[in-house]
Amino acid sequence: MSGIEARFRLQLASFALDVSLDLPDKGVSVLFGPSGCGKTTVLRCAAGLSRADEGVMRIGDACWQDSETGRWLPTHRRPLGYVFQEPSLFPHLSVRGNLSFAGRRTSRGRQPDRKLLALLGIEPLMDRMPAALSGGERQRVAIARALSTAPQLLLMDEPLAALDAARKSEILPYLERLHRELSIPVLYVTHALDEVARLADHLVLMADGRVRMAGPVGEVMASLDSPLAVTDQASVVLDARVSGHDTAYGLTRLDANGLDLWTARVGCEVGRRLRLRIHARDVSLALFRPEGSSITNIVPAVVEAMAGDDDDMQCLVRLRTGSGTHLLARITRRSRDLLALETGMVIYAQIKAVVPIA
Amino acid sequence: MPEISLAPEDWQAIALTARLAAVTLLILFAIGIPLAWWLARTRSKLGSLVSALVAVPLVLPPTVLGFYLLVLLGPQGPVGRATEALGIGLLPFTFPGLVLASTIFSLPFVVQPLQATFAAIGDRMLEVAATLRAGPIDTFWHVVLPLSRPGLLSAAVLGFAHTLGEFGVVLMIGGNIPGRTQVLSIAIYNRVEAFEYAHAHLLAGGLLAFSFVALLALQILNRSGGGAPGMLRGGA
Repeated sequence: MSGIEARFRLQLASFALDVSLDLPDKGVSVLFGPSGCGKTTVLRCAAGLSRADEGVMRIGDACWQDSETGRWLPTHRRPLGYVFQEPSLFPHLSVRGNLSFAGRRTSRGRQPDRKLLALLGIEPLMDRMPAALSGGERQRVAIARALSTAPQLLLMDEPLAALDAARKSEILPYLERLHRELSIPVLYVTHALDEVARLADHLVLMADGRVRMAGPVGEVMASLDSPLAVTDQASVVLDARVSGHDTAYGLTRLDANGLDLWTARVGCEVGRRLRLRIHARDVSLALFRPEGSSITNIVPAVVEAMAGDDDDMQCLVRLRTGSGTHLLARITRRSRDLLALETGMVIYAQIKAVVPIA
Repeated sequence: MPEISLAPEDWQAIALTARLAAVTLLILFAIGIPLAWWLARTRSKLGSLVSALVAVPLVLPPTVLGFYLLVLLGPQGPVGRATEALGIGLLPFTFPGLVLASTIFSLPFVVQPLQATFAAIGDRMLEVAATLRAGPIDTFWHVVLPLSRPGLLSAAVLGFAHTLGEFGVVLMIGGNIPGRTQVLSIAIYNRVEAFEYAHAHLLAGGLLAFSFVALLALQILNRSGGGAPGMLRGGA
């Protein structure tokens, strides 16, 4: 059996947690939801730091807990890495000491993995004490420390939440590098949608201790039923490949799963994989292919579904392009009626902004 | 003024006192560290009861404690009967008896700073250690104890110094036998009784200086060590 199975039922004084997750055994699965929805509790249960009244935690063939059979591995017997919201480095140990604390309790040994150090930019920090590091550096060390145990699953609990915007943008590139290079599955908790867009492969939307929706990030974000659809953050994420550059005009051409898009020049070589985010508010619709438009990205698509109550000012339209890629467009209800939009219609989507995010 | 120097019996008292304080401290740490850890972590009501019990010597007149110990350990007491039955003999007026009494009397001076330090470490560091594959005992040795350095130092100095200066309990349970149970504080008392103030000064001043230097060293060590807050609690 492959994949990760996580089922937890837990009654706390303030709320009840009842989740059942089947997650892929590779890539980043993001648990997304408002503060207090129980996503951190799920992570703690998965790690064995909190004990659910009823719970199952399986990864591949290994069973970490199963309340049916009474099986329970304490945290220190679970081959996982955990990154807390605050870096929580051991203050009495240097960066090297913190890393070897983790390494020497596993088969990996005392010597830290050079590749890992390079990936997270830690080599110059090795002999410093935690008190002498910046918040961003500490969190990078904490991530490296969690990975020094050669875990089979990496759990990350809002690793950027305690950092200011500048520190966040300092760490995100490291996380994206990890995302590309790491072969183990990652379970990542956040309430920041831009982290979801940048990092998630698989998305779990949570609210009030329950799972609202789960699936590949492209599908969940493009769904009209998701709690995200009603926010102004409604958007789709696409994985694309750089297919060329127009140096004369400073543009980059992208191939997003068959969808041909242009964006402002991105400084990376042809063939490089990128993630794009297209906000619903940046997509407008036309019945005929617009002539003489200043908008570069115009793609034909089929109206697949529409959402929005009859008393809302706006509605959200889901489109499917010829290559099967989904887009969302936020338009006014008046426009919808003027264009007489119906599902199945072929229209033209004008995309004002394609944002490469990773 | 003739030169005053320490008499052989003074040296005997000093050596005995140092030995008593050292042995007591070892036992205090062996009992106090696990006890303080349990008290810092437990949520059971039993914790409050044990806490109160450990703290009793802080408020009790030492003679009261000594008196009850004498009764318990004496030939008519339950513990005394047990030790005699086991072939150990009676503990009052012996060195082991002194160690036992000093341990009970100094226990709060070791347990309280340790408990405060352990509690200040919090759950997070223990959870981090567990996610890094360290089991509970491993975590205690390699995370809890290193992080508790200031508390351990405080406990050691307070426990040692408090045993050094103990008088009432020792007098009740140990008596005043030179070379066996006559400790420094009692030697001082004897000198004063005999109006040998110069000798008393020498011993008392030495004890005062030693206590002060030990506490000063503790302050300096804890200040330079940083980390957890220095725990220095007076009492009794």
